[in-house]
Amino acid sequence: MRYAIYGLVVVLIIIHQDNWLWDDERLIFGFMPITLLYQACISIGAAIVWFLATKFAWPHHLEEIAQESPAQETGDTE
Amino acid sequence: MTQLVIIGIYLALLLFLGVFSSRMFKGTSKDYMLASHSIGPFLLLMSIFGTTMTAFALVGSSGEAYKEGVGVYGMLASSSGIIHSLCFFLLGIKLWSWGHKYGYTTQIQFFRDRLESDRIGIILFPILVGLVIPYLLIGVMSSGVVISSITEGAFTDSFAAYDYGVPPWLGSLVISLVVLIYVFFGGMRGTAWANTFQTIVFMVLGVVTFFVISAKLGGVQAASHAVLEKNPSKLMRGVDPKDRERYAERYNTWTLIAKYNYARRIAKTLTLTPEQKAEAYQEFKPRMPNWEMTAEAIYASKNSLYTLTSEEVNKALLIQDDRQMPDPFPEKWQMGLMSHHDLQEYPRKANAEDEKALLIFAGKIGHPEKDLDPNDPSKGKNWTIKKALGVYRASNWAPDAPHPMSKLVFFTYFFVPLSVGMFPHLFQHWLTARSAGTFKLPVVAHPLFIMIVWVPCVLVGVWATSATFEGAPLFPPHFPANAVLAAMVKKMTSPVLAGFLTAGILAAIMSSLDSQFLCLGTMFTEDIVVHYCGKDRFTDKQVVFMARMFIILIVAITYGFSLLEPRRVFTLGVWCFSGFSSLFPIIFAAVYWKKLTKAGVYAGVLVAISSWLYLFKESKYALEPNYTFLGMMPVATMVVLSTVAMIAVSLVTRPPSKETVLRFFPED
Repeated sequence: MRYAIYGLVVVLIIIHQDNWLWDDERLIFGFMPITLLYQACISIGAAIVWFLATKFAWPHHLEEIAQESPAQETGDTE
Repeated sequence: MTQLVIIGIYLALLLFLGVFSSRMFKGTSKDYMLASHSIGPFLLLMSIFGTTMTAFALVGSSGEAYKEGVGVYGMLASSSGIIHSLCFFLLGIKLWSWGHKYGYTTQIQFFRDRLESDRIGIILFPILVGLVIPYLLIGVMSSGVVISSITEGAFTDSFAAYDYGVPPWLGSLVISLVVLIYVFFGGMRGTAWANTFQTIVFMVLGVVTFFVISAKLGGVQAASHAVLEKNPSKLMRGVDPKDRERYAERYNTWTLIAKYNYARRIAKTLTLTPEQKAEAYQEFKPRMPNWEMTAEAIYASKNSLYTLTSEEVNKALLIQDDRQMPDPFPEKWQMGLMSHHDLQEYPRKANAEDEKALLIFAGKIGHPEKDLDPNDPSKGKNWTIKKALGVYRASNWAPDAPHPMSKLVFFTYFFVPLSVGMFPHLFQHWLTARSAGTFKLPVVAHPLFIMIVWVPCVLVGVWATSATFEGAPLFPPHFPANAVLAAMVKKMTSPVLAGFLTAGILAAIMSSLDSQFLCLGTMFTEDIVVHYCGKDRFTDKQVVFMARMFIILIVAITYGFSLLEPRRVFTLGVWCFSGFSSLFPIIFAAVYWKKLTKAGVYAGVLVAISSWLYLFKESKYALEPNYTFLGMMPVATMVVLSTVAMIAVSLVTRPPSKETVLRFFPED
């Protein structure tokens, strides 16, 4: 699953290079430049990919490694 | 004055927060520097986001969108959404686990351990501190510019040289002191709390600013349609043919002005009679301040009232654009005519406009709240010095040529956000996390938060190119990009709202400054003082004291630089981030490549910094905002070179010991 997530990140990087919108000045919804809207959707896409990463590719073993550490102070913030 | 009071109250609130959080301070250096690994998901998200979004995000993004158009979002914001979270995911969690397990506080401690090299600290410390200082400079400079712009006319008699507002040097000083005080007392805990508070403030107020400004411009649709009509190229990354035509017409008119001024001032072969001037004005439709000169220039050219040689025309263009006159004058320009591109090869004289504008418009400059003519209020208010400079630049300098965004530059901008992987202050924030799971929220929400802040800023910056307010263009050509957001807030909102919105902008700036101050203090004590003098030589209180003293020293140095530094926030930011990005291969390899050797890291670091210094010099020390190398962002070359050097040297030098490899890669 981890590799599928990395694959999605690569897809995001590729589709981020939106050469086909380079000379497009259209306004969507009457105010939003199409380039800006497309790139905002890339941001939303990134959040979705990273959400999938936390669900299916989270490195749980690192939590255990950290717990092997010597006595730590316990926190009280938030 | 209202704005000043609100900003003052906001700063007092921050000081209170810093002092309050210090009451929870446990007195240990670990608590001061890492908040005892106690930070939960929400505080981590807000403090990491607040730290990465600085003046660069609010002031820089709106200013750069004003200059370059909407493509700015794709170049830095959406790419950052992907790459920043990738760094948190691939590096942040792993470094947090090792930091937790082996007790690291700084990056250098990790590198020393991982590479079995004490000297790596000696190399990295000055490089990291040297790269953080320009980053700090961005915040310190921007805070002064913002406060100065927003408080114009706040004083009745004082600070006339600063348009009766707070001078930028004073604004920067106050902000530096406030951040210094709350970092001083609150340490990492105070910084995390202040960052969270400030991030909420600037996000909420940023959205409010967006709606208030769009309402004043007649709504979002009217604002965007004005851009589509007047500057369509700002809505895309290519150049609209209409913009090319308009530019050609404007440039042609500008050359007429240059030649006209040369003929009457330098060659002294032309003087228009009062009748000729009256005729010139009659034929011309006034559109902007100082329009008379344009009318006279067109009239003189149309009626062939002067003749100039090619050399004189070229000299006229250089003089009109305040460019340095080459000496001796090149032979090729004694015959042929310079294009606009040729003209730009000659650097503009530093602060050329200051003296001339103040002389030309001396009669109009005064307190901005008072009438220009007390007997005739219809003539409007006095001009500020900033306005006089703006009118001078707009009416004297050549118009900006529209230029497309390069596809290769757009693509290679992807290397810039890799910098977060090497930010020492972000490393320190990662280590404050309570658990690995704490990272989940920042990883997912970071791209969305970037979108919430950047989309409105980019839109506002683009709208500023074409907006009219109270019947006149909001900004003249050549308006300083850094001041666009603050000037819009000042012009288009009420004093109360302007005060709050300024507090929001300052919040974004301060939420980065604090982490950087603290991080530098931590690095100095942990990596230099404690490392070389021994852990038992100083008490914890003494360590905290030394961290604080070093922070004061760095603030003083940065503040000193800010008094000299005139460059564009965005350009300076990109260079600073590029330096950190060029070191990214080293941290990535240290986390994932067992065969990385200390010699490989030395080679990578030295190549990264040498290439950075060379390219920075080539860009005329960031004075050339659109500098590229091989048609790409310079950062791409730096990253490739440092990667190649690191891999090549690692492959031929002695690998780290088995113990070290087992320590960091036990699963293999």
